[in-house]
Amino acid sequence: MPQVLASATPRWYSADTSAPPPAALDKATLDKLVRTNKVVVFMKGNPQAPRCGFSNAVVQIMRMHGVQYDAHDVLQNEALRQGIKDYTDWPTIPQVFIDGEFVGGCDILLQLHQSGDLIEELKKVGIVSELLKAEEAKDTAKK
Amino acid sequence: MSQEPQYPPIETAMRKALTTQLKPIFLDVSNESPMHNTPKQAESHFRVLVVSEKFNDLTLIKRHRLVNDTIKNALQEAGFEFMHALSIEAKTPKQWQPEQEPEKSPPCLGGFGK
Repeated sequence: MPQVLASATPRWYSADTSAPPPAALDKATLDKLVRTNKVVVFMKGNPQAPRCGFSNAVVQIMRMHGVQYDAHDVLQNEALRQGIKDYTDWPTIPQVFIDGEFVGGCDILLQLHQSGDLIEELKKVGIVSELLKAEEAKDTAKK
Repeated sequence: MSQEPQYPPIETAMRKALTTQLKPIFLDVSNESPMHNTPKQAESHFRVLVVSEKFNDLTLIKRHRLVNDTIKNALQEAGFEFMHALSIEAKTPKQWQPEQEPEKSPPCLGGFGK
């Protein structure tokens, strides 16, 4: 485990039930955060080490499509975890944004991937999916 | 069949709300909590497959919101917090064949409880 550095900001521990939870991040902050890249993912853990099967599924889908994205680990930041749920009015993590628009969680991403719609959604924001490139390369080879 | 235990409270509330409000032609609710590091009889991780006419004109995300909200309101009324994990398949009758099995959830990676 990485060492936690001493910090001036108060830290809350689950054992201290009387302590108020940290304030959820506000809308203005999240408006910016969801647009730091064409694709932004809020997940548990990070893409190198997802801490939840559903977050991992999203990471694998993004990898298959060769998408470069920003990932935020909600386990590192309780204000972010609550803030993003309030922001989207969506109860679970992971949450995926494309071009600042909330697309959905793991189930929706999986279905968009399976139906081929994810390739189209990525195309709209100027990302060419690796799966599409592979498909096109195969077609060219056939001709 | 052996003696069936009474439905656990959260699952019961979910089933009731989904049945009465979405009038599904097929509903499958599975408690996947045992796949995760949870105490016995935990009701923390669920997967639902709902097939309903109500989804006909809704986008994927709106269908999921409808399921989420239906469950959220029912649990709130019953005095429960929203569960830790909920996986949703929301299909229209046209998109569903009776022999179709619900999807499986990915394996737990140990982040639960964090």
